[in-house]
Amino acid sequence: MLQLSGLIKTLPGAPPRVLFDALELQVAGGECVAIVGESGVGKSTLLNCIAGLEPFDGGEIRVAGTELARLDDDGLARLRRRHFGFVFQAFHILPHLSLAQNVALPLWLLQQPEAEADRRAREMLGRVGLGRRADDSPHLLSGGELQRVAIARALVHQPAVVLADEPTGNLDPGRAMEVLDLLLEQLRARSAAGILVTHSRAAAARADRVMELVDGRLHAVRHGS
Amino acid sequence: MNTRLRHLFLASLLRRRLATALSLVAIALGVALGLAVQLIHGAALDEFGRGVRLLAGEADLQVVGAREGFDESLYPLLAMRPEVAAASPVLEIEARLPGRDDSLRILGLDLFRVMQVQPGLMPRVVATAGRDVDDAGGDGRLAALQPSNLFLSADARALLEQPLRVDGRQQAAEGNGRAEGELQPPAVQDGWLLAQSGLRSLRLRVAGEVPGASGLVGVMDIAGVQQHFERLGQLSRIDLKLADGIAVDTAMRALAPLLPAGVALRVPEAAASEAGTLSRAYRVNLTMLAAIALLTGGFLVFSTQLLAVARRRREFALLRALGLERRALMHGLLAEGALVGLVGGLLGVVLGHALAGGAFRLVGGDLGAGFFRGLAPSLQVDPVLSLAYLLLGVAAGVLGTWVPAHEAARVAPARALRAGEAERTGLPQAKVDGRLAGGLLGLAALACLLPPQGGIPVGGYAAVALVLAAAVLALPALARAVLPLLEHGRSVLWRLAHARLSATPAQAVVAGAGVIASVALAVSMAIMVSSFRVSVDEWLGQVLPADLYVRASSSAASGYLDPSALATIAAVEGVAAVDTTRLVNLRLSDTEPLFSLLARPVNAVGQGEWGLPLVAGSLVAPAGATLPATWVSEAAADRHRLVPGSVFELPIGGRMQGFVVAGIWRDYARQHGAALIDSRDYVALTGDTRINDVAIRVAAGVDPHSVSETLRQRFGPEHIAVALPGEIRALSLEIFDRTFLITYLMEAVAILIGLFGIATTFAALATTRQGEFGMLRHLGLTRGEIGRLIALEGALTAGLGVLAGLLAGGAIAWVLIEIINRQSFHWSMDLAVPWLALGVFATSLVVLAGGVARLAGRHAMQRSAVQAVKADW
Repeated sequence: MLQLSGLIKTLPGAPPRVLFDALELQVAGGECVAIVGESGVGKSTLLNCIAGLEPFDGGEIRVAGTELARLDDDGLARLRRRHFGFVFQAFHILPHLSLAQNVALPLWLLQQPEAEADRRAREMLGRVGLGRRADDSPHLLSGGELQRVAIARALVHQPAVVLADEPTGNLDPGRAMEVLDLLLEQLRARSAAGILVTHSRAAAARADRVMELVDGRLHAVRHGS
Repeated sequence: MNTRLRHLFLASLLRRRLATALSLVAIALGVALGLAVQLIHGAALDEFGRGVRLLAGEADLQVVGAREGFDESLYPLLAMRPEVAAASPVLEIEARLPGRDDSLRILGLDLFRVMQVQPGLMPRVVATAGRDVDDAGGDGRLAALQPSNLFLSADARALLEQPLRVDGRQQAAEGNGRAEGELQPPAVQDGWLLAQSGLRSLRLRVAGEVPGASGLVGVMDIAGVQQHFERLGQLSRIDLKLADGIAVDTAMRALAPLLPAGVALRVPEAAASEAGTLSRAYRVNLTMLAAIALLTGGFLVFSTQLLAVARRRREFALLRALGLERRALMHGLLAEGALVGLVGGLLGVVLGHALAGGAFRLVGGDLGAGFFRGLAPSLQVDPVLSLAYLLLGVAAGVLGTWVPAHEAARVAPARALRAGEAERTGLPQAKVDGRLAGGLLGLAALACLLPPQGGIPVGGYAAVALVLAAAVLALPALARAVLPLLEHGRSVLWRLAHARLSATPAQAVVAGAGVIASVALAVSMAIMVSSFRVSVDEWLGQVLPADLYVRASSSAASGYLDPSALATIAAVEGVAAVDTTRLVNLRLSDTEPLFSLLARPVNAVGQGEWGLPLVAGSLVAPAGATLPATWVSEAAADRHRLVPGSVFELPIGGRMQGFVVAGIWRDYARQHGAALIDSRDYVALTGDTRINDVAIRVAAGVDPHSVSETLRQRFGPEHIAVALPGEIRALSLEIFDRTFLITYLMEAVAILIGLFGIATTFAALATTRQGEFGMLRHLGLTRGEIGRLIALEGALTAGLGVLAGLLAGGAIAWVLIEIINRQSFHWSMDLAVPWLALGVFATSLVVLAGGVARLAGRHAMQRSAVQAVKADW
């Protein structure tokens, strides 16, 4: 589902700093890989490169069979629209849309009929435990609930890849694990490849594999959960 | 608050350079326009007042009559009264200069009296090259008494010795058919001035100067003026110097009973006040337009400050958490607004003076309306007026910041500092209550019922302000009513834009307030001007039914036609019928401007041949009435409370004559009232057989141009003006358009300020929404789509503002037409809505607003999506 081969990225400076040095990674559908590492090693940059939001200097990234380097900016936007889901640390739920509309947003972008988009968004909200609050405004929700909405939005269009950057960073530990379990459960249920960037060892432990980014390469810390 | 904290607030203005600059510009423009109108008008009135003071000299009282004058037998009667120490008779003539479009004001004075009462008008004989003092008329000391000797002010001499370039507006008034820019001959050549009396040219020797006079003024011996201009036995004015110890009021009480009808006593300053009255309504109208521009600027400050407060919510929460008092926070923000207002006001004061200076050079002191033609006022700095407008600028800044400052002071620090707070608090909302809008509209309706105060439609202006405020407050309700109708868009961008505006209708107030004010102003003016123009056009069609019009000069000047000239015209081959008009000005009181009296053959009126545009009554004189009939203009009917059947007394021929009002007609030419009577009644009452205008109907198949050419040859082309009705109509409409040019300029400024509002609001909104745009880019929106989203939101917001502006503009147009114009100028007009122009205007503005919003949001769009989602909202 997601394949990174020989990925190279260098940050400009004197001297230039090698961020990724022939980095390799493969993630299958339904699998979740946690990436850990010290601050500043490039975990978030790796996610951005995978999403086509940051350029890289060499190697190849393939998402659902499409090679990113061949796409221009608009092509990358369309790829993200179809094949990616995102979960952010700061939720990024639009305050002027209802919960159902927030979740339906990726389906709107994919030109799904309005009624179909609404039905699927409500169904997805039901799966994350917010089915009865589909018409509520985001300002009525707690942080944990907002992140559940974000998870529903990330998965509603059945993306090939879900990228989650510190999804539990703004949540208390109890709520964080609950949200994380929900994310993993939905990833598996929808056969999406997931990459989870986190500082939390406890969060990483929930993933199928844990990789540590050190010196520009990924090193397996643990296989299987 | 200490200096560092103050710096923290004021530095924020520098961080938001675009918003601050646009707010400054908006306030500066509002202040500048208002100040310029006042400066231009003030300077013109000052100049007029100076002229009045010079002409009146040391006079304590003036006896004034109609423009045609009054019988000179009044002079010895007053001069012998014990209350009067000295009396100086004056006959004033607006002398037409043959072949030229300008005229010369000649004052006929008794030179033995001038020294006592008006020493500034004392002429001085000047010997010039090739002509010594004796040439000026015998003994130099007596030269001033020679009946053909004329003494000119330096200004008059300088102008009249030069060729005159034809001015389009003047040409329109004179109807000489000359091309704009054409040169006309000098009026003074070889020491002689050529003037016109009736259809006859006369030569006056320029014998010297009037050192104390300024403007286009000449002085002659009064007997010479009476003789040359065929005004024997007539005076225009008597200036009185009262005896020592006699109070003005006492003298007025004693002398008033001696005056015949149509002659009044007044203090000299009343003339300047009369000039102020003439132009007051126009001035107040322009000032109101400027006030709306300033109001729009205030809205702009409101928008930018409210959004700035939203962006700085965390900064304020932090300051509050660190111990800054609520009041200090509010004061800091108000200081920001005051600084914007102060700097904008200072810029406005400078710009206002520059605008006034430019206007003097381009359109003179009359702002294009023709109230002060011939005056050459100069720009003068008025510190008090400048300070007042500067304070208005500061007030706009402070008032615009008041609500946002309150909003900021209410923020709970702990809550605002929490992550994800933005989702909970949502976007900045202006708290508005739709019911208040209804209440304000009700008050506006009541204000329309108020009578004018001192000739100013105060209630009408209050209604305009109330309608504007109601439109702004009603915007959220309008958004709630209109947006559901637009729900059917399928594109995601439309859905996002629609959802955002639907969820936060009050946000439309923030962005749309400036748009509403400027659109309402532009729309109301467009409807009013269109209605006025269409009505004037129709009116011209009605009042110009003949094939050809002839006149010797404007009604105020010394050219005129007499019965023999009329007979000559009637005898020209091809002329089928002639009709005549005599136009004189009457003085109905010592405080009002002169009243116009038109004398025409009533039979023609009765048959409708003159096309009197009646709005009430009948063209036929009432049968069996003992009094002669009159048809009064709407202004006369309004000012004197006349209806058909009323008796109206007019001072004609030195006595009061009653007339029965047969009808009321629409007259756009004479703002201060006019009455039309039968020329036979006029001649019987006055003995005056002069004629100002002749309307000619040519025989079937005859070309009016050939008749026109024959008339020019017969009377001399320099002595008469002949015009076809189409030419008069075209030129009149050109004058109309020039008069409204300044209002178009002000509308454009207000629109510009409204667009500034959209730009600043969306620039600020886009900055606050960088996280949202970053997230949407993650979800797959392209940069172009984000741009289109911002444009769509801008267009939707502006669309709501434009819709509210159109509705408010329609209401304000009604107030302008039915209340303000009726009370200011006393004329009615038929409603003519320029639908196509308004449609194009509204659509263009919405599209433009979309473009401006997109441009303003470009900075936010360019930010990396990665960086944008990292920043906490």
